[in-house]
Amino acid sequence: MSDHYYNADDLAKFGNIAEYQKEMSDKFFSYYGEVFKDGHLTAKEKSLIALAVAHAVQCPYCIDAYSSDAYEKGYSEQQMMEAVHVAAAIKGGAVLVHGVQMMNKVKEIGM
Amino acid sequence: MKSLKVLNHRLSDSSNQLAILEDDGLHRHASFKARLEALGEFPLRANGVEILQINIGKMCNQVCKHCHVDAGPDRKEIMTIETMRLCLNTLANSAIKTVDLTGGAPEMNPNFRWFVTEIKKLDKHIIVRCNLTIILANKKYHDLPEFFRQNQLEVVSSLPSFSKDRTDRQRGDGVFEDSIKALQMLNEVGYGISKNELQLNLVYNPAGAFLPPSQQALEAEYKQALLKEFGISFNNLYAITNMPISRYLDYLISTGNYDKYMEKLVSAFNPSAVKNVMCRNTISVSWDGFLYDCDFNQMLELPVNTPHTLHLKDFNLSALSTREIVIKQHCYGCTAGAGSSCGGEVTVLS
Repeated sequence: MSDHYYNADDLAKFGNIAEYQKEMSDKFFSYYGEVFKDGHLTAKEKSLIALAVAHAVQCPYCIDAYSSDAYEKGYSEQQMMEAVHVAAAIKGGAVLVHGVQMMNKVKEIGM
Repeated sequence: MKSLKVLNHRLSDSSNQLAILEDDGLHRHASFKARLEALGEFPLRANGVEILQINIGKMCNQVCKHCHVDAGPDRKEIMTIETMRLCLNTLANSAIKTVDLTGGAPEMNPNFRWFVTEIKKLDKHIIVRCNLTIILANKKYHDLPEFFRQNQLEVVSSLPSFSKDRTDRQRGDGVFEDSIKALQMLNEVGYGISKNELQLNLVYNPAGAFLPPSQQALEAEYKQALLKEFGISFNNLYAITNMPISRYLDYLISTGNYDKYMEKLVSAFNPSAVKNVMCRNTISVSWDGFLYDCDFNQMLELPVNTPHTLHLKDFNLSALSTREIVIKQHCYGCTAGAGSSCGGEVTVLS
């Protein structure tokens, strides 16, 4: 057991989750592969969405994987950073929009 | 920027490159030979000789960071007219259909135009690997598009991105702008317009330590972007993997990317690419007339494994047609993912 929570080498071991539950793992990876194929969105567009989501869920493995993937698929540094800003804006917006809920509550209980 | 050779860099010695590629005996990466053995494909053998790829000199007007030839303005190795005559003699006496002229910038060889017209008389299909910027490098090269057209050459040119930034980072400042102008000049004389004539094919190779994405998707993007932004048309895009040798090997090592890149190549090994690797139907000729399985083996100074036919002077087509191909760890570069050759992917991924 390592003395820290994240290890970059673990990304390459992702497939090892099948060791404890093969059926579900197989289903997940099959689904995952299907999701990222060219469809109504291209594989390239999906890669940029994945990059933004990776930042939103703050998954270091996903950030590593999709920073490489999006760059390899031809996105520029500027495009990738804009995608991260989209994630930040949505996350920031998600916090702020709850401010309305706070206002509602305060108005409900205040005089 | 100077070539590794002129800098007297340790990687200008091919034995040092091979020592690194062979893991200095540490066997950290699975051996390419063992992978072929497991597939029943060892020894890998040629299946005829259809293409003669001739490197007519290492001199180039560019100094690209990924160049496996270590080409540049400071390289003086140039094929002489005598060696060209040996090439012509070989071609005249064989059924080889295609001649692939490469370099450096092949157009910088002072006998380039003579050589092309002589090959043409032998009724061979000629490919020229033109770096594009040479067309604008000097007034004497401005008419190259017209010369190519007159001799019906197929033009294959590198353009690692349709963005200026990535292209210039790999190939040098100003390369993108000159490449665009050169492509427009080629279009003006009729290149890249028709499906069957005056073929203009572009080459993508990654500007970094990664493998090329899907050739098909990339070609569609290139076509759309180049037409929309610059009014440029071309025929096909070839996605080529960077080979971990020479200047690209130096880049990988100096940026700490070497091990990860080799792991990528090894883990992306595609058995179905093995059948179509270019060494199976190609002979590569060096500027001084020696024979190799491919341009990469040439740069690593790994001659063909046919002891009695090592040079054009002793060219024996039947011996070369079934020769055992010399393989080392860099061969993973041609079998990774969809595979890679001078004509791009060698297999279709599902």
